[in-house]
Amino acid sequence: MLDIKNLHVRLEDGDKPILKGVNLSVNAGEVHAIMGPNGSGKSTASYVLSGRDGYTVTEGSVTLGGENLLEMEPDERAAAGVFLAFQYPVEIPGVGNMTFLRTALNAQRRARGQDAVSAADFLRLMRDKAKMLEVGPDMLKRPVNVGFSGGEKKRNEILQMAILEPKLCILDETDSGLDVDAMKLVANGVNALRDAGRAFLVITHYQRLLNHIKPDVVHIMADGRIIRTGGPELALEVEHNGYGGLLTEDAG
Amino acid sequence: MTRPDPVQTATTERLTALSLPADQAAWANAGRAGALARLRAAGLPDRRDEYWKFTRPETLVQPLPPTAAVFDDSDESPLFGAVDRLRIVFVDGVFDPAASDDLSAEGLTIERLEDVARTDIHWARNLYGTLEQAGQTPVPRPLASLNTAFATDGVVIRVTGQVSRPVNLIYLHGSESSDATLHNLVRLEEGARLTLLENGPAAARFNQCTEVDIAKGAAFDHVRAQGRDHERRAVTHMFARLGANAAFRSFTLTVNGALTRNETVLSLTGDDALAHVAGAALGDGGFHHDDTVFVTHDAVNCESRQVFKKVLRHGATGVFQGKILVRPGAQKTDGYQISQSLLLDDDSRFLAKPELEIYADDVACSHGSTTGAIDEDALFYLCSRGVPRADAQDLLIMAFLGEAIEEIADEGLRDDLAERLRAWLLRRRDG
Ligand SMILES: Nc1ncnc2c1ncn2[C@@H]1O[C@H](COP(=O)(O)OP(=O)(O)O)[C@@H](O)[C@H]1O
Ligand SMILES: [Mg+2]
Repeated sequence: MLDIKNLHVRLEDGDKPILKGVNLSVNAGEVHAIMGPNGSGKSTASYVLSGRDGYTVTEGSVTLGGENLLEMEPDERAAAGVFLAFQYPVEIPGVGNMTFLRTALNAQRRARGQDAVSAADFLRLMRDKAKMLEVGPDMLKRPVNVGFSGGEKKRNEILQMAILEPKLCILDETDSGLDVDAMKLVANGVNALRDAGRAFLVITHYQRLLNHIKPDVVHIMADGRIIRTGGPELALEVEHNGYGGLLTEDAG
Repeated sequence: MTRPDPVQTATTERLTALSLPADQAAWANAGRAGALARLRAAGLPDRRDEYWKFTRPETLVQPLPPTAAVFDDSDESPLFGAVDRLRIVFVDGVFDPAASDDLSAEGLTIERLEDVARTDIHWARNLYGTLEQAGQTPVPRPLASLNTAFATDGVVIRVTGQVSRPVNLIYLHGSESSDATLHNLVRLEEGARLTLLENGPAAARFNQCTEVDIAKGAAFDHVRAQGRDHERRAVTHMFARLGANAAFRSFTLTVNGALTRNETVLSLTGDDALAHVAGAALGDGGFHHDDTVFVTHDAVNCESRQVFKKVLRHGATGVFQGKILVRPGAQKTDGYQISQSLLLDDDSRFLAKPELEIYADDVACSHGSTTGAIDEDALFYLCSRGVPRADAQDLLIMAFLGEAIEEIADEGLRDDLAERLRAWLLRRRDG
């Protein structure tokens, strides 16, 4: 489903290279984890996939279901099925959470040539999904992420994901700032979305989230490259030995 | 001195082109003469005046207005069209009886200044020019004095009941060289209520002065939209005096127009009164919009709130001068003032002068002023969820304006004006 080939990315201002030849293929139905030390380029990869400004792709390609993602605007990528659960969800004062979600859902549907979801249907959909993630009515009424705790923000990201039903779900450190209970809620939300037609890229610094969201493949990223790929046992190796061993292995 | 003072010259030039209305009642004559004397003493505003530092007054002062093309706004439904209201229509500042509704209504009397000013015994004698005069200190407002002296017409409203049907002053613009001067008086008796709606550009140049006297426990709601004509110019003054427990709420929407200066001068003279004044202004190109507000707290436990938001693009200019003055003894004052602008490009600018002057010790006053661009992180966040960039930008602009729009108490009016703002933004998509 997702094919990243030899992706090189640098910052638009200045020549600092950040991604230095990333190769990654994720099939529909699979969950891939990307682990790596801070500053290795994980968030950058997620932003480049979702189309954020400020990065220049100097080499390589990214396709989703054969379509060239890099040529699309962020909203077109979303309509094509890309979803990024942000490491730092943005607060948007003045835009109600519900209004925002309905606007987003209907914009995606319009882009795909589907009818808009009625207010009543949307409300029903929202209520079901919100319940699963224990997102209360006051969180839905408040402006997007404003006054939300760290955990509430992350749950709100997963709620959006559940409603938008993307093909490719990218989770950037969704576990950071979550206590165990919140992490279980989030993991349940993600697991409920696991489906033969959907792929996941779970970016995390720690192994702990992967106890709840079991990955099929684990990649280790360091200094803008994927230096190791393996099964779930690779995450456990990181858990026990840290990144140190892997990094020196790579250097040597 | 042999060199002529430019202020005196400009004032003399303007006055030469004007004549005081004839056949006036003695009180009206006296009121106009007093205003004329105030005007002569202060002189018309000059760009060296501190109070006009951010807005050039020349085109408001010169004898003839610059021409302003009449804008065809038939692409939108008439403003406030969905509201059952009493309509009073002026075309280029001239009352149009055929287009207006019958002025008789329950709970209030509505007359025309033209008639009232010829009536010897009338309650208006105690209000005409009174609040305008009081509003001249500490800062002179000579264009308001000019108005009091020379206003040809306007409405004079006395409200005794709780009137639910709004009065709508509709100011149509018909001639590209029209120069309109209207003076309105509103007196709300104890416990009375009125909603005043105003809309339209009025003329190529519009000088409007409204004096509102709100007695104990009375409430005055005001919603105004200033007309979409791109070249029109306007200077408006709203003077209001609030008695105990009185409420004043005013919201102004301004889109387009070459030059607008809206001065609001509020005086809280009775305990427990509440005054809210808000505005949303959107403009591009030569648009220059100035909100100048002066709120005086002169009683205990009053609340005042100023909320002004501006969205500017393609070289537009926004100005905010706002002051809260808390007089000695005005304890438990709750004063709030926020002025913010959203600049959609680097060509536009926002000039703000927020001021607090407090002579009481038990008060809570806060003020803030910000200028910013669209938040790129928020924009990307919205887009990443599938919202096209242009829609996302409009969503953020409406969110920015939200706090000001929320000041409109009536939900129907609020939605109507919000819809017009969205339409304005949509029309700007192409360029
Ligand atoms: N906008 C930016 N400006 C400057 N440096 C950046 C920017 N974005 C990323 N970087 C740098 O790129 C590297 C990778 O960052 P990031 O992708 O956030 O890593 P990770 O998510 O793996 O912690 C870091 O060295 C970071 O400082
Ligand atoms: Mg990161």
